[in-house]
Amino acid sequence: MKLHEYQSKTIFSKYGISIPKGRVAATAHEARQVAEELGGRVVIKAQVLVGGRGKAGGVKLAKDPAEAEQLATQILSMEIKGLPVRKVLVDEASAIEQEIYFAITNDRAAKKPVMIASAAGGIDIEEVAAKTPEKIVKLHIDPLLGLREYQARDVAVAIDLPREYMKDFVKIAMGLWEVYKSTDATLAEINPLVITKDNKLVALDGKMMIDDSALFRHPELNEMRDTDEDAPAEIEARKYGLSFIKLDGDIGCMVNGAGLAMTSMDVIKLFGGEPANFLDVGGGAPAEKVAAAMRIILTDPNVKAVLFNIFGGITRCDEVARGILTAMDEVKPKVPMVVRLVGTNAEEGRKLLENANMITAETLADAARKSVEAAKKGK
Amino acid sequence: MSILVDKNTRLIVQGITGNEGLFHTTQMVAYGTLVVGGVTPGKGGEWVLDGKIPVFDSVKTAKDATDANATIIFVPARFAPDAMFEAADAGIPLIICITEGVAVQDMMRVRNYLDQKKVRLIGPNCPGLLTPGEAKVGIIPGDIAIPGNVGVVSRSGTLTYEVLYAMKNLGMGASTCVGIGGDPVNGTNFLDVLEMFEHDPKTEKVIMIGEIGGNEEEKAAQYIADKMTKPVAAFIAGQTAPAGKRMGHAGAIIEGGAGTAADKIKALEAAGVKVAKHPEEIPTLL
Repeated sequence: MKLHEYQSKTIFSKYGISIPKGRVAATAHEARQVAEELGGRVVIKAQVLVGGRGKAGGVKLAKDPAEAEQLATQILSMEIKGLPVRKVLVDEASAIEQEIYFAITNDRAAKKPVMIASAAGGIDIEEVAAKTPEKIVKLHIDPLLGLREYQARDVAVAIDLPREYMKDFVKIAMGLWEVYKSTDATLAEINPLVITKDNKLVALDGKMMIDDSALFRHPELNEMRDTDEDAPAEIEARKYGLSFIKLDGDIGCMVNGAGLAMTSMDVIKLFGGEPANFLDVGGGAPAEKVAAAMRIILTDPNVKAVLFNIFGGITRCDEVARGILTAMDEVKPKVPMVVRLVGTNAEEGRKLLENANMITAETLADAARKSVEAAKKGK
Repeated sequence: MSILVDKNTRLIVQGITGNEGLFHTTQMVAYGTLVVGGVTPGKGGEWVLDGKIPVFDSVKTAKDATDANATIIFVPARFAPDAMFEAADAGIPLIICITEGVAVQDMMRVRNYLDQKKVRLIGPNCPGLLTPGEAKVGIIPGDIAIPGNVGVVSRSGTLTYEVLYAMKNLGMGASTCVGIGGDPVNGTNFLDVLEMFEHDPKTEKVIMIGEIGGNEEEKAAQYIADKMTKPVAAFIAGQTAPAGKRMGHAGAIIEGGAGTAADKIKALEAAGVKVAKHPEEIPTLL
């Protein structure tokens, strides 16, 4: 789960990391009020859950409340990488001396958290990493020991941080480690962490991602989830514990297991079709879950055919078949459906579907080919 | 010979009285796996499977009583890290964790702790192990594979079944099938398993099933090019998966450009591995 900048920074400040004064606003009028409260120059920043906001024109400097209102109007009417801007953060403007990059994230290859820092922070950090990797400092953290202060000092030295900021930097590093650990973050990033002209270290921007598997112990974070940016079908899918991603094709897919679901999409494409979605019903899917999955797939008007590929293991094919029948009763689908059941109780499953007027297939390749043909006929 | 598990493996089941634990214990015993006991805190002294298998309160007491040398974990995600720590502390050298959805930071702590104890972990979020004809330690349906000389290693669950089933239909058997699991931080990676297959006299060829994300397939390709004498065929799932909406920069800095199916296929082909276009094609490449 991604958090917005304003949410991330609120969390940062709870752990002793300095952030600029500011507040989030949903309307231009509100943005003006915040600017008036803050006085002086402010920055208006689009709150969307994608990177590259600055380069897309979603971050602007305003000299007074009137300009803040005008710029907020503009930004609130924007779309950034397909996402409409629904909120802006209005922050007091900082006079910047230097921009630093600082983050803690998971290094899956090392199986450890890693601290990443660079004296060349700012919006071009990925270019810096690609072209001049020597400017990026990485230091792994022992997950059993946690971040130690000397490690933060080592990083400060490695990025040539002026000595007078060492103490503040260590405080920020320890704070960010606590943020990362206590929220089960997969990413806690400050870019830029700035040295201001009045000699302070301030987190000007913040990004966080939270491990979805750990949300059971963070109900307060789960409430921060911004569902505005998810397709309604994805929200509905989450309710049933289904893993669903909408795509642009016309063949709906329902598969058990993420690897097999991706593979089924690959094979559809191999035979000249386009998948309409990724959908993993998961292991041991009960009939209600299967029925919900089918309703979600069929609400997409682009869908011209549906492919069911179920390899029973924990999942029982007869249970899946019952789910399909329940959903067919409810939604009365008009598109052709190709079904392939293999593994646990496949025979029982096939019998249940005998009179359901579905196209059956033996192999995955055969199933994909038939669904591509069926979708073409439906056009 | 085979790798990791065989007919002599003495297995205990953590979470044996739960729905899934009990169901799969029944399946494993029916397959012929030597299940010597189970663990459910608070249910020590009970017996399951018509009095055939004793239940203990802790892994330590189970190990003391049964001399188990492997454990399989079926407990819910929030209890799984503790179950893995407990098994390692009790001195069980091989842990197979089936549980899905274990938090990543928990897994980093578990993996680093287990490495210090030199404990081998398979999973989590994996289908487990199958040495056809000898032992099934996991949830792979036993009847979809036959004994043979092909080692199978996979990050996926049901996709692995698909491949085993396609192999069986061609009369091709497996020495051992290892589901290493799809989580970002797990216990055993491709490289570890390829090394085991390379040294296993019963394995003559290897099938590797990867997917997008991470760089374990690339590392495996390097090992195959440098060290492996046995032929390898592969499949990479997710060739058409759309790129996620990325946000922070840290992922890109850490992983560089790696992780796409195209990169992985390129690395594997450069190492002399035949890469299949769809899973049912894999066995025909060997």
